[in-house]
Amino acid sequence: MKAFKNIISLVIMSFNLVVFAQQTPAPIQNETITISGATAHIGNGTIIKNSIITFENGILIAVADATISKIALKGTIIDATGKHVYPGFIAPNTTLGIVEIDAVRPTRDEDELGEFIPNVRSLIAYNAESKVVESLRPNGVLIAQITPRGGTISGTSSIVQLDAWNWEDAVVKEDDGVHINWPNSYARGRWWLGESSAYKANKNYQEEIENIKSFILNSKTYGKSTPKKINEAFKAMQGLFNGHQKMFVHAQGEKEMIDAVTILKNNGIYNVVVVGAYEAYKISDFLKKNDISVLIQRVHSTPERDDEDYDLPYKLAKLLVDEGILVALQTSGQMEGMNTRNLPFYAGQVAAQGLSKEKALQLITENPAKILGIDANYGTLEIGKSATLFICKGDALDMRTNILSQAFIDGREISLETHQTKLWKRYSEKYSNN
Amino acid sequence: MKKIVLLCLTLVSVINLIAQDYFPTNTGLKQENNNYTAFTNAVIFITPNEVIKNGTLLIQDGKVITSGKSVTIPKNTIIIDLNGKHIYPSFIDPYSGFGILKPEKTNRERSPQYESKREGFYWNDHIMPENKAIDKFKYTSKKADELRKAGFGVVNSHIMDGIARGTGVLVTLNDEGTNSGRIINDISGQYFSFKKSQASRQSYPSSHMGSIALLKQFQHDAKWYAEGNATNKDLSLEAFNASKNLPAFIESGDKRKDINADDISDQFNLNYTIVGGGNEYETIERIKATQAKYIIPINFPEAYDVTDPYSLKHLTIEEMRDWNQAPTNLKVLADNNIEFALTTFKLKKVSEFNTNLKKAIKYGYDKTKALESLTTVPAAMLGQSDKVGSLKNGRYANFLITSGELFEEETILYENWVQGNKNVINSLNQKDIRGDYAILTAEKKFEISISGKIDKLKSKVKVDTVAYASKLNYKDNWLTLTITNKETTDIYNSTALIEKNNDNFSGLLISPSGKETAFTAIKQKASEENKDKKEDKKEDEQEIEIVPLTYPNVGYGFSELPKQQTILFKNATVWTNEEDGILTETDVLVKNGKIEKIGSNLSAGNTLTVDATGKHLTSGVIDEHSHIAAFSINEGGQNSSAEVSIEDVLDPEDINIYRNLAGGVTTIQILHGSANPIGGRSAIIKPRWGSDSDGLLYKDAPKFIKFALGENVKQSNWQSYSRFPQTRMGVEQLYINYFTRAQEYEAKKKSGNAYRYDEEMEVLVEILNKERFISCHSYVQSEINMLMKVAERFDFRINTFTHILEGYKVADKMKEHGVGGSTFSDWWAYKYEVKDAIPYNATIMANAGVTVAINSDNAEMSRRLNQEAAKSVKYGGMSEEEAWKMVTLNPAKLLHLDDKVGSVKVGKDADLVLWSDHPLSVYAKAEKTLIEGAVYFDMETDKLQRKAIQEEKNKLVNLMRNEKDSGEKKKTPIKRKKRHLTCESL
Repeated sequence: MKAFKNIISLVIMSFNLVVFAQQTPAPIQNETITISGATAHIGNGTIIKNSIITFENGILIAVADATISKIALKGTIIDATGKHVYPGFIAPNTTLGIVEIDAVRPTRDEDELGEFIPNVRSLIAYNAESKVVESLRPNGVLIAQITPRGGTISGTSSIVQLDAWNWEDAVVKEDDGVHINWPNSYARGRWWLGESSAYKANKNYQEEIENIKSFILNSKTYGKSTPKKINEAFKAMQGLFNGHQKMFVHAQGEKEMIDAVTILKNNGIYNVVVVGAYEAYKISDFLKKNDISVLIQRVHSTPERDDEDYDLPYKLAKLLVDEGILVALQTSGQMEGMNTRNLPFYAGQVAAQGLSKEKALQLITENPAKILGIDANYGTLEIGKSATLFICKGDALDMRTNILSQAFIDGREISLETHQTKLWKRYSEKYSNN
Repeated sequence: MKKIVLLCLTLVSVINLIAQDYFPTNTGLKQENNNYTAFTNAVIFITPNEVIKNGTLLIQDGKVITSGKSVTIPKNTIIIDLNGKHIYPSFIDPYSGFGILKPEKTNRERSPQYESKREGFYWNDHIMPENKAIDKFKYTSKKADELRKAGFGVVNSHIMDGIARGTGVLVTLNDEGTNSGRIINDISGQYFSFKKSQASRQSYPSSHMGSIALLKQFQHDAKWYAEGNATNKDLSLEAFNASKNLPAFIESGDKRKDINADDISDQFNLNYTIVGGGNEYETIERIKATQAKYIIPINFPEAYDVTDPYSLKHLTIEEMRDWNQAPTNLKVLADNNIEFALTTFKLKKVSEFNTNLKKAIKYGYDKTKALESLTTVPAAMLGQSDKVGSLKNGRYANFLITSGELFEEETILYENWVQGNKNVINSLNQKDIRGDYAILTAEKKFEISISGKIDKLKSKVKVDTVAYASKLNYKDNWLTLTITNKETTDIYNSTALIEKNNDNFSGLLISPSGKETAFTAIKQKASEENKDKKEDKKEDEQEIEIVPLTYPNVGYGFSELPKQQTILFKNATVWTNEEDGILTETDVLVKNGKIEKIGSNLSAGNTLTVDATGKHLTSGVIDEHSHIAAFSINEGGQNSSAEVSIEDVLDPEDINIYRNLAGGVTTIQILHGSANPIGGRSAIIKPRWGSDSDGLLYKDAPKFIKFALGENVKQSNWQSYSRFPQTRMGVEQLYINYFTRAQEYEAKKKSGNAYRYDEEMEVLVEILNKERFISCHSYVQSEINMLMKVAERFDFRINTFTHILEGYKVADKMKEHGVGGSTFSDWWAYKYEVKDAIPYNATIMANAGVTVAINSDNAEMSRRLNQEAAKSVKYGGMSEEEAWKMVTLNPAKLLHLDDKVGSVKVGKDADLVLWSDHPLSVYAKAEKTLIEGAVYFDMETDKLQRKAIQEEKNKLVNLMRNEKDSGEKKKTPIKRKKRHLTCESL
């Protein structure tokens, strides 16, 4: 206990020495930085035990094995011997920054009225100064896809980095994808009309699909000529037909996924990612044949049905990896904003199901970068890519050892301070002074 | 249909009108019919067990005069020779809403209604013992006709609405005359249920446990009122006290609720007859232990349509077994000597009654027992054995005439006599014309086959092996048959009178051209082939496959309950939570449910040895705050609900019990939700998968109650503005008010003066007397501080603050007060009051000397609480040993159970988990979970279970498919995702 107190006061003292202005975005990298001696987790499944990592102007210029190559250590040297370096984790499909406090309606901006509103864009509502956003960084989550919710076509997402003054500053990839909630062939009974609240076959399923087809067909037709009257919704769909954008289909059931992929492809949308995809493991051949990647549902969830394996949600990602499907993790669901910081532990949970740790790491680094189309710059520690990375005391996928000392986004050393660490400090100090 | 009724009318009006001696007649002449009717040469069932073969039944004036082998028949007797046919007492439905419309549903409104809207009655609008069924009773011939067709002669009806429903009325199904003749008893019994009235919006009770509490409090209040202590007028209590001695019935609707009903019945000596749910067979031992009488519905589940694989996947083993096993319910109840009556209650259509009863008989239910549960048993339940339920002398002449033994597939119900009035169901004189015939005309040879049920004949017509469409109508011995050539649409119309002593029949045929000719249909001999088929079918029918029950009777249930074993864990890393800390390469011996020895190189002879090399052995995870394993969590109908208890609503079949075991959980506090400042009492359980509710409960556990503060109890996050309190200021005053009243209550009780026993106050007094501990849902520092001060004012201490996300702001005050904190590791930002919640909370509180636990409040998180504890190593630098204690020893301390559980210590309960890895690591999996030395979860067994589930599903799908082919009704599978309950589940 006593030793404990000492540690605490030590921690507090160090805080007192360096008080960061909270959430002030870091300035552009202006000097070369080299991290030496760390175990580098490249993010593509490989590892360098004793590494040299150098970055300049936000770009990685060296990622090497110190035991093999002899490169000079350039610039400011960070001795990270015994520590681990990871690429910044990427959190797809989250309402981070567009919902601040779940139960407080004025702080919710994720769900606009309307069934087909691809022209609604998450980016312009993204709150770069959100207290929830900053709370992700001490866990290594540095990039996120901000995604609208609701309706059939909810809107268009954008990808941001999590250290910015405003949304223009934050953007990594603007309007990367359109999100569609595929109808469910099973629908919950209208209990308020006295029906059972159980899920029953959805009689309107086909009709709902027809509506989607019709909207897509109209959008496509609209793009074939120069329209006399602007239709913003149709216009917002054009990137899907020319391959600039991806369509993220939110669907869980095998029938729904098969319908969605088939119908979208038949209607000229080829760049499709399935989100949720609870039953994807049952149709892996179909997904492979159609080159579909998957953002699998939250790892920490309970099985949909009583008779399913208790650990099914834990192992869904592994089942898909084993089949050779490109899969990444995501955190949507209850309290998703705050839960997004647990993304690394979701990967850890998948590793516990028998996937190697480095492959599990890929589920939150290289794989989401590829799926979101930002892999040219992000997702792995490779020369020429952005220096978006962090230094960690130990295994970042395990909560005991996910303890960050420094983190960088595009080479800028960001603050690991948050509203929460400030309160921690304040009250620890209060009691240690007593 | 109409014709039959008319026919009946003309027949009976001659026979008998129940005499109304002193009523004048002005529409005709007043005269009486004193003739007797004798039914001779019949097999007469006086009771299900008393049979007269070749006997005579003599009736007069609606009553049985006598019966026997040699009955003297008076001269003024109409004699009906039944020629070997059977006579049975007709059935009694003891639980029905016959002739009574339910009150209209109230409109939904936004804001809840907390107070009663009635004046002069009980304070709760769902308690209506003053209601009288007779006041609303309106005889409905159409419904009566349906019931008579199913064999019923008497029904017991009441207003099927509300928790206390008032008195019922027992009537005959006699279309003749008026209610004055029909009514057997206008206060036939008193009726109760757990379901609220649809006519009232009063919010209390909003849960099953609230209904239980209300039924109990109502009994206390009635007693108190009867003793003359009240100063007000309460017409409800007066009505109840007046009808207290009537037979009492309570509708439960489920095996678990049967037990609740029986508990109330026993506590107040009410002798309830319980209207069950049809799933009693699943927990028959417990049902038997109630020693109660039952009324059992027979609405067996329909088979599911299993043709679409995409919808098939939604079916659970539980639902599929229910379809397969539920028809055995009656047999199982009977085999266990439980007294029960049958009812048409819950059936969609009365006509399903006989189909389902025959099914139950096919599944092993004894026919004599069946007849008893339709006659003598319900008559006795209603205290009317001297009037109905048998054909003893002097009883109502309510009986059935059948072609043979009841409940046989081939048996025809001819007549259903009620109070000496004949009702024809199938004409006694009408000849059975089922068989194959040939009609030879000049043009064609028609081959006709008549089959089906006697009251629903089917015809098939072929001409030279070509099938023709046909339509058959057979009534009053006249047959009409229309035959259509499907290709040409040519129509042949025919009609014929069936003669009694002629197997063939002749009549008139009109050919498509309009030509009229006479024809004769010649009966063909039954072909050998057909006979064989019939016999084959019978053999098929005998092979009913019923899959075995498991404990609990759902997926992953055990076929045998786990037993305590002697187990030796060799060479484990043992997290003792004691002074020894973490011991490596250590052996632990488990015996008689306890930890017997800890040491190295232990040997234990022949016992089961588990090689734990490289693995970690810990005490089981303890979850201080959970809402699994209960089918009701919040009683939010009032701002205090201390009178309710989660112990009454445990759900031993919740799959989350199993999933928690797979996460190493061995003790759980199931807390009431946070809908109100004073919530309900907790249940502390060990997740003994397979046990019943009693078996789940932690034996002799300390008593706990849930309190709650903040946004939920203020109802801040939904549209409700009418319940006190709406502010944190009000919350404090509410507590002060309740505790002050509790003090006054106790003083009055101790004074020896008369007092109204108050279930709620009794619980609050326990708190004041430090006999019950509070676990309080809390978030912000002001309210935490407030509640500690309120407790101090009343000289007790708060035991635990749960959630306690701003505990770190008042950790020093908490330490001083002596309260523990059971918190979330990292939850925040889900509502305004958790905007300052920080993941360092546990560490700061622990550093300040507060006993800290990490809890789940969530069925997902509860199965990996080890990971949640590990987060404090990251947030705030807690040591691993201390972090581990937050989900084991510390919650044991908070629950006052640390002398038995929470650490690995010789003499403590062998609640142990073998982990594949460091237990705080994200990579750790629980490989074995033991409760008191019995293995409740084993990863290897789990793998076998998964396989077994697949196999059983396949089997059941095939059984359903077969039934589908046999033409039974089907329903599309529905997906029942059970809602996980949390604090906020209403």
